[in-house]
Amino acid sequence: MVAPALTAWDVAAQTPDPELPMVTVADLGILRSVEQDGDRVVVTITPTYSGCPAMREIGADLRHRLQQAGYAEVEVRTELAPAWTSDWITADGRRKLAGAGIAPPHSAPARHGPAPLNLGLTRRAVQCPQCGSANTERSADFGSTACKALYRCADCSEPFEYVKEI
Amino acid sequence: MAEDEFTAYHSLGEDSEDHRWAFGTGFTDPLEGIDTSVPEGIDPPSLAAYCLALGDDALIYSHRLQQWLTRMPELEEETALANIALDLLGQARMLLARAAKADPSLGADEDALAFLRESKQFRNVRLVERHDDDFAELVARLLVFATWRLALFTKLSASGDPVLAAIAAKGAKELAYHRDYAGQWVVRLGDGTGESHARMQRALDTLWPLVGELFVITGVEQALPGTAVDPALVRPETDAIIDTVLATAGLDRPDVAPLGTLAGRAGRDGVHTEALGYVLAELQSVARAHPDATW
Repeated sequence: MVAPALTAWDVAAQTPDPELPMVTVADLGILRSVEQDGDRVVVTITPTYSGCPAMREIGADLRHRLQQAGYAEVEVRTELAPAWTSDWITADGRRKLAGAGIAPPHSAPARHGPAPLNLGLTRRAVQCPQCGSANTERSADFGSTACKALYRCADCSEPFEYVKEI
Repeated sequence: MAEDEFTAYHSLGEDSEDHRWAFGTGFTDPLEGIDTSVPEGIDPPSLAAYCLALGDDALIYSHRLQQWLTRMPELEEETALANIALDLLGQARMLLARAAKADPSLGADEDALAFLRESKQFRNVRLVERHDDDFAELVARLLVFATWRLALFTKLSASGDPVLAAIAAKGAKELAYHRDYAGQWVVRLGDGTGESHARMQRALDTLWPLVGELFVITGVEQALPGTAVDPALVRPETDAIIDTVLATAGLDRPDVAPLGTLAGRAGRDGVHTEALGYVLAELQSVARAHPDATW
């Protein structure tokens, strides 16, 4: 066996998210752990949302990359608890999202007991990632992927996406 | 853009034991790598029956929501509904997989449970079977369903079964968005024009006979103390939230008799309305026509 040049974590961490290719699964906090034992690797990932259709693709890509890097035996595991939170998106990931015109999430609400009802009277203030204006309005709390909401900037008139806090 | 951008798709054409979603899902187990052994003290067939019921609620309702796609009034509502239906489908997949693992005699896996059972084997509440006749019915039912399920899942996140607890904790975060989306529409329509108000009230009146069933405990929950949640316990929270929305919207809580049962048996016992047959015919037709196909 040729000793792999990169650690398994380094290889796995470079895997892009199929739906947000400007960030990696490590940036998003989807990659939970990488256990390395010689050329055997166990990678653990967690879905962002229950129906996330990218999980399978991420698993296949991780397996492919690690095998290419010289790891003979790769196992990809799913972990459900603790549930993914947008707070796990790294500072680097937030910078990359903003650079691509996607506003990064605010802090997720701490949940203890019943979730408070929001009938739209209180709105989160989201800064436009294009022009920096705070004069933005929400178009919808759901976007092109499960993790995003749609916004519009009233100053530069550009629509943009916001990664929802969850 | 980095070359990496499309590498997730590079191996799509390569031969491997993996079925790739670009050619169909070839779905694997959504609980792959998760310890699905049933903790001591929990009756596996009861746990399976409970997960099946909660999974069926999400599966059938997700299908009803999907039937709205391409029919919504605006693109934003289209994406909202697609996302909500997808979240519920994800919850259904995990719950059906949990059921199949806990009691393999029910069905081999989530696919077998979704596609190869008959109407009387489904355990969903009858609320989720209906066809919505208009947009007001859509948001009324989504409000009731998401409020109830969110209250239930919040309590279930402390379930004695760690897999069910994890599925519920994850789902609760999603359901909070579903509920608030529906609540905002109910307020907008209830507090809108005379026409929108009248249709919103009519939608609630139409739906309400199916609401009581959500809070009826069955033998399955009774067999799972500490693991299942008595649905009667989530009635106060569900009522309080719905009453707040209705008061804000200027709508009245309907005062109607519940839909009849068959000697006390309803959706959870496999007694369904005619509407479920139409859902299953559409949902299962491809799987039944091509029983060994991978998709």
